[in-house]
Amino acid sequence: MELLTPGSGLLFWQFVVFIALVFLLGKMAWKPILSSLKEREDSIQTALDSAEKAKIEMASLKSDNEKLLKQAREERDIMLREARDAANRLHDQAKADAKKTADKIIEDAKAVINIEKQAALRDVRAQVATFSIEIAEKLIKKNLSTDKAQKEMVDGFIKDLKLN
Amino acid sequence: MTVKTYPKKPFSSTKSAFLGLFITLLSGTFSASFAQEEALHDTTKVEIGKKEHTEEFNISEVIIEHVMDNHVWHFFEGHYGTLFLPVIVQTPERGLEIFSSRNFFDERHELIEYNGYKIEHNRIYLGENPVLDLSITKNVAMLFINAALLLLMLTSVARSYKKNAGKAPKGLQSFIEPIVLFVKNEIVKPNVGPKYQKFLPYLLTLFFFILFGNLLGLLPGSANLTGNIAVTLVLALITFVITNFNGNKAYWMHILWTPGVPLLLRIIILPVELIGIFTKPFSLTIRLFAAITAGHIVLLSLVGLTFVFHSWYVGVGSSIFVVFISLIELLVAGIQAYVFTLFSSLYIGMAIADHGHDHDH
Repeated sequence: MELLTPGSGLLFWQFVVFIALVFLLGKMAWKPILSSLKEREDSIQTALDSAEKAKIEMASLKSDNEKLLKQAREERDIMLREARDAANRLHDQAKADAKKTADKIIEDAKAVINIEKQAALRDVRAQVATFSIEIAEKLIKKNLSTDKAQKEMVDGFIKDLKLN
Repeated sequence: MTVKTYPKKPFSSTKSAFLGLFITLLSGTFSASFAQEEALHDTTKVEIGKKEHTEEFNISEVIIEHVMDNHVWHFFEGHYGTLFLPVIVQTPERGLEIFSSRNFFDERHELIEYNGYKIEHNRIYLGENPVLDLSITKNVAMLFINAALLLLMLTSVARSYKKNAGKAPKGLQSFIEPIVLFVKNEIVKPNVGPKYQKFLPYLLTLFFFILFGNLLGLLPGSANLTGNIAVTLVLALITFVITNFNGNKAYWMHILWTPGVPLLLRIIILPVELIGIFTKPFSLTIRLFAAITAGHIVLLSLVGLTFVFHSWYVGVGSSIFVVFISLIELLVAGIQAYVFTLFSSLYIGMAIADHGHDHDH
């Protein structure tokens, strides 16, 4: 039964050595090892957390970007529409102005033409009257140069008068 | 058990044959070297004791001698293969005395008396009185080797944590780290509870001490440290002391005046609970001691079969068995370290747990 009876020396040495080992390893091994492991765990955790945060930030940034892009696109559309409208307006106005000017020019021209026409007509009338008088004078002079012609003419007048 | 004597069967003629067989078959494995040592051991003993042919080769004595503690450390047989360890004895008559255990052996390596001291059953007596023996025995030397190995290894790992701060572990560090994490996260944390940090250094040391003690014990020529009842007893007692010194009110209430139980039952339960305090370290002591010693005995018995039967075939067969049993022993080394640490954690956890919910069961 030697196997089951603990020897005093081994009991003593085991106690001393093991207690010493617990303290020495606790100070020199477990403390640095466990604190390093804890540090690493923490750093991994923070890395994971920050990665998650970055992911969320990226997503929000992306949605922000999209919003901005949409807004920009809308603004561009509005600007384009406005520009087109303005251009149209200008075009129309220019057209209208030009028409107006042209109309005015035409009217003025017409008026001038009318005036000139009237003037010309007046001249023509005056000249025709002059011509007529001259012709009539000449004719009279020629026709009444004889007595017979004169008589005939007087007769003609008288006939007319009778008829009236 | 009878007084140790040397095996006397003469089979030195087969010595070289056995050696050759074992070396060829199993060189490189623990068991081969074990067997080889065994062979040397026995044959040399035979040469020494040739004059007493009448005594039988006693395998059980050889085995028991191997798993027991001793004042000398045999690597090879005879005076030259033996490491004589220091003997430290304390007696009321002579005080503290330190001398080499060489003095207990004569030139034929037979036990003799020295200066009034004598060794019987590995115990030292002065005359007829047992002495306080604090000798550096084979197991104490093994204990120093184990402790030194753990210190060197784990402090070097701790240094590499400082050196490799913030980097992935490498080398020895990556071997130790998973074990540390396993003990911390799988054994200590779930069983001790939220206040586990305080007990972690002790439980980690316990695990590594037992694990490496077990593994070193499997090496050829080494001592059966964790299979010695003194070693397991001290470990169990330390767990016992830690458990009961840290036990909170609820723990002691549970033992002394179990709540939620009728008065009559409480009186019956009280002695059961009191015995329970002591059965815990007792079971820890016996479990580790028995598991490791039994493993060694099985290995040695299988090796010994060859020498009992004097047959090549048995040698080959038992050697194959020894290889497999050695592999199982490697497994057992880990399992026993795990179990001892697990139960220590459990006992400590039970003593410090908040038992608030337990009052209504």
